Amino acid sequence: MPADGGIGAPTPRREDVRFLTGSGNYTDDINLNGQAYVHFLRSDVAHGTINNVDTSSADGMPGVLRIFTGADFAEVGGIPCGWQVTDKHGEPMQEPAHPVLAQGKVRHVGDPIVAVVAETYEQARDAAEAIEVDIDELPAVIDMKAALADGATKVHDDLSSNLCYDWGFVEDNKGAVDEAIANAAHVTTLELVNQRLVANPMEPRVAVGDYHRANDESTLYTTSQNPHVIRLLMGAFVLGIPEHKLRVVAPDVGGGFGSKIYHYAEEAFCTFAARAMNRPVKWTSSRSEAFISDAQGRDHVTKIDLALDADNNFTAIRTETYANMGAYLSTFAPCVPTYLHGTLMAGNYKTPNIYVNVKAVFTNTVPVDAYRGAGRPEATYQIERVIDKAARELGVDPIALRRQNFITEFPYATPVAVEYDTGDYVATMDKLEEIADVAGFAARRAESEARGKLRGFGVNCYIEACGIAPSALVGALGARAGLYDAATVRVNATGSISVMVGAHSHGQGHETSFPQVVAEMLGIDPAMVDIVHGDTSKIPFGMGTYGSRSLAVCGSAMVRATEKIIAKAKKIAAHLLEASDADIELKDGQFSVAGTDKSVAWGDVTLAAYVPHNYPIEDVEPGLEETAFYDPANFTYPSGAYACEVEVDPETGKVTIERFAAADDFGNIINPMIVDGQVHGGLGQGIGQALLENCAYDDNGQLLTGSYMDYAMPRADDVPFYAVDHSCQTPCTHNPLGVKGCGEAGAIGSPPTVVNAVVDALQSGGHNVTHIDMPLSPSRVWQAMQG
Amino acid sequence: MYSFDIERPTRLADAVKLLSDASEAQALGGGQTLIPTLKQRLAMPEKLVSLGAVDEIKGICTADDGALCIGGGTTHADVAAGAGAYPALASLAGNIGDPAVRNRGTIGGSLANNDPSACYPAAVLASGATVVTSSREIAADDFFDGLFATTLNEGEIITEVKFPVPEKASYAKFEQPASRFALVGIFVAKYADGVRVAVTGASEEGVFRWSEAEAALSSDFSAGALDGLSLAGDGMISDLHGSGDYRAHLVGVMTKRAVAAAG
Repeated sequence: MPADGGIGAPTPRREDVRFLTGSGNYTDDINLNGQAYVHFLRSDVAHGTINNVDTSSADGMPGVLRIFTGADFAEVGGIPCGWQVTDKHGEPMQEPAHPVLAQGKVRHVGDPIVAVVAETYEQARDAAEAIEVDIDELPAVIDMKAALADGATKVHDDLSSNLCYDWGFVEDNKGAVDEAIANAAHVTTLELVNQRLVANPMEPRVAVGDYHRANDESTLYTTSQNPHVIRLLMGAFVLGIPEHKLRVVAPDVGGGFGSKIYHYAEEAFCTFAARAMNRPVKWTSSRSEAFISDAQGRDHVTKIDLALDADNNFTAIRTETYANMGAYLSTFAPCVPTYLHGTLMAGNYKTPNIYVNVKAVFTNTVPVDAYRGAGRPEATYQIERVIDKAARELGVDPIALRRQNFITEFPYATPVAVEYDTGDYVATMDKLEEIADVAGFAARRAESEARGKLRGFGVNCYIEACGIAPSALVGALGARAGLYDAATVRVNATGSISVMVGAHSHGQGHETSFPQVVAEMLGIDPAMVDIVHGDTSKIPFGMGTYGSRSLAVCGSAMVRATEKIIAKAKKIAAHLLEASDADIELKDGQFSVAGTDKSVAWGDVTLAAYVPHNYPIEDVEPGLEETAFYDPANFTYPSGAYACEVEVDPETGKVTIERFAAADDFGNIINPMIVDGQVHGGLGQGIGQALLENCAYDDNGQLLTGSYMDYAMPRADDVPFYAVDHSCQTPCTHNPLGVKGCGEAGAIGSPPTVVNAVVDALQSGGHNVTHIDMPLSPSRVWQAMQG
Repeated sequence: MYSFDIERPTRLADAVKLLSDASEAQALGGGQTLIPTLKQRLAMPEKLVSLGAVDEIKGICTADDGALCIGGGTTHADVAAGAGAYPALASLAGNIGDPAVRNRGTIGGSLANNDPSACYPAAVLASGATVVTSSREIAADDFFDGLFATTLNEGEIITEVKFPVPEKASYAKFEQPASRFALVGIFVAKYADGVRVAVTGASEEGVFRWSEAEAALSSDFSAGALDGLSLAGDGMISDLHGSGDYRAHLVGVMTKRAVAAAG
């Protein structure tokens, strides 16, 4: 373990000093002179026609400054979608308008209708209650299959149906897949629901719009994972503000999990209103509001067929999925069930024939978009559940069945259009069997049974695609953005360094791990390196943080920029040492001439760059600052194997997780402590999905789980101590750090592991239960046991 | 929340007078239900009369007849720490909500609210406790009156609850996964003259006594005595967290566990 805080050191997170002492600077901590407050009057019905909005009673109420309705946004663009999926017939998806404030119709509970701006938040809320909104309620479209039936009520009148797209992947595979299934020795079929989740970051969303009339500049402070994306989408597509007149700042952000990637109406409103009113306008979401306005996650209904030959080799996978889009298309919603899901359907296995069909559906619910893992948990859940079911049907060991079908040669081109560069699924499974103490399970089961409990063992493998790229590929697949990232390394005169990065840290620890890389490359103390992020006026154009991409993509840009710094610094050092720059070596912060004892320190070189008295000015510009943009050649493919042991109380159906082991291959590791934390957090969220969380609507589109009284979040005592290992490392072959990404793995791999374990426990108790839909709440497990 | 006036009397008599003077006044105990309700703008009292400074309704003591007397303004945390004479009651209090709730919420506030999933009503009913108010004494069997309803009059304040201490007792709670209120909670108390069993969380009518179980346990205080006894799912709460049948089933399971734990 390096003692110097460089690559591989478990350096404590420097940002925790401010987070743990209440010294963070979150968006809600930002309060500007003359700031007004907005309250959004939101629809309390899921679907309806707005007949009239009467604000007259509210206009003169105390503190009311201005009331905005949909009419104020008639000339303003709608919230854009950042990805266009082409359906299986080659036609573009159906793409509805998404107004900032409702125009003519409301389409989900929480759809904003009126925005009241007042001197105080309470005054805005008081006035909102005086506004009369006359709505004719329409039937709510909630169930996805019913939404696609002939004659179903339409969520959007101007679309031909509630079908956003019907996507086939790879369409050319379909015939071979159908044939393989028809000719299979065995076919296992499973119908399952990957339930809707609410992201629930600790910090709710906040937006503060500001406007300086003298120079016509707008600033938006917002809880975002990607400020440049917001600047581009809002500036170019919604409000028409040129980018040089628009600054977006995402300061400390208290968790996102995907829900803070997207551009939201409230951000556009605050920016628009600040300009219209010439004073700052602030919105702070309440937790209740977050439940009905933050993009939600998952919500897939799937049927999967797995075909095997007589030797139990997988021969084909065919899936049909209904994916809920909600009422509008959130920024990246269309790509989640397609390119983040269909491309992963090979999993860790050499299945030769795969066909994925996805029908994306509009319903009168809150929009759905990426949530930690985004499409990859849905893919993994199907594959790993159906393999487990097949193993039971065939009477074979679930680990052996997986091992038999593992991909073992790399690179491996899957039938679903991606190429895995590296991996070693046998090694991670070997490691898992060791750390999970598989051999000791029988004794532990006997001990549980002696206490009247059913004990089950579940195993799971996963593959994920991180660092989504390259831009040319995603562009061909419908992305309306590039997916590179950028970093500027600014070396100061005395040798300290500020690195401006396009990635955004909202819990990932970039401020600690990124400096470890630069310090390692230069041989200097990491304390000399600081990270700057989250402000479009300070950082190069980067795409932000999601999809476990920060280190693989932005970190690679930072490496490239640092390499440029080293090359230039060597030229300066060569001049100072009166040597050729080809002979200069950099080690431990010293530039030396190879084969001599002549050297010059890092700080002397950086000082010379800014005080160029004795300087090769003919060949080298003064200063020491370099920028690099990095566009990866491929996704990265982290993988792993997880195991879980549960106890089920046969009398109540309550599941407790007794042991959980995770063996991950993330490629090279920069800070193993941060990686442990990322895995722990992901496992907690995945266990939350498996056992607790469920975003449920009733038939009228009312949210049944709109608070923590009914939406069950995992608590510390719901999760076990984890055995986490990431010693299996097959470095990524195409980025300079050999890193793969670790942020989502836990949330991807854990849900099927838990469900597999519970089914195993129930089967051990003589219950013929082959599947239970998540969450495996006590009542659902008990109900399943009743047959 | 909407604007309101707040008074913080230090004497019970002043609190009673303040509540009777204003037509839209409401007593505020620990506020663990009322404050969230106000923040949601679901209630609009003109005046809140906080009982937090009325020291005479706080504290725990033992009466001459051996009953454990708990002031209506006593927090759950104080009951958990100070009701050692009635361990099952102390344990119940120590498992309500989380530390923040236990340090603010009061027994009087919980009983006056009578949430159908709250813990304290089960203890009061199973103990045959007496609810002492600013104007009278009410037997537990006469106190609870359905969901969020009691026989308290407007402005009447719970000043004390007197618990006869049983020979054996236990509270078995099966938690609703999200709120961790009782999906089903069973309080079993064995007295010299018989056993009382109270069920919270399950019924659409709020806390109730399970008379068949009481009869069986009064003749044989063992989990086995409950074999064959069951409740119907009709009339039980049915929601996202469990059907009426599931709750009825849990009543049987948790009653046995409570009896087993009571020893």
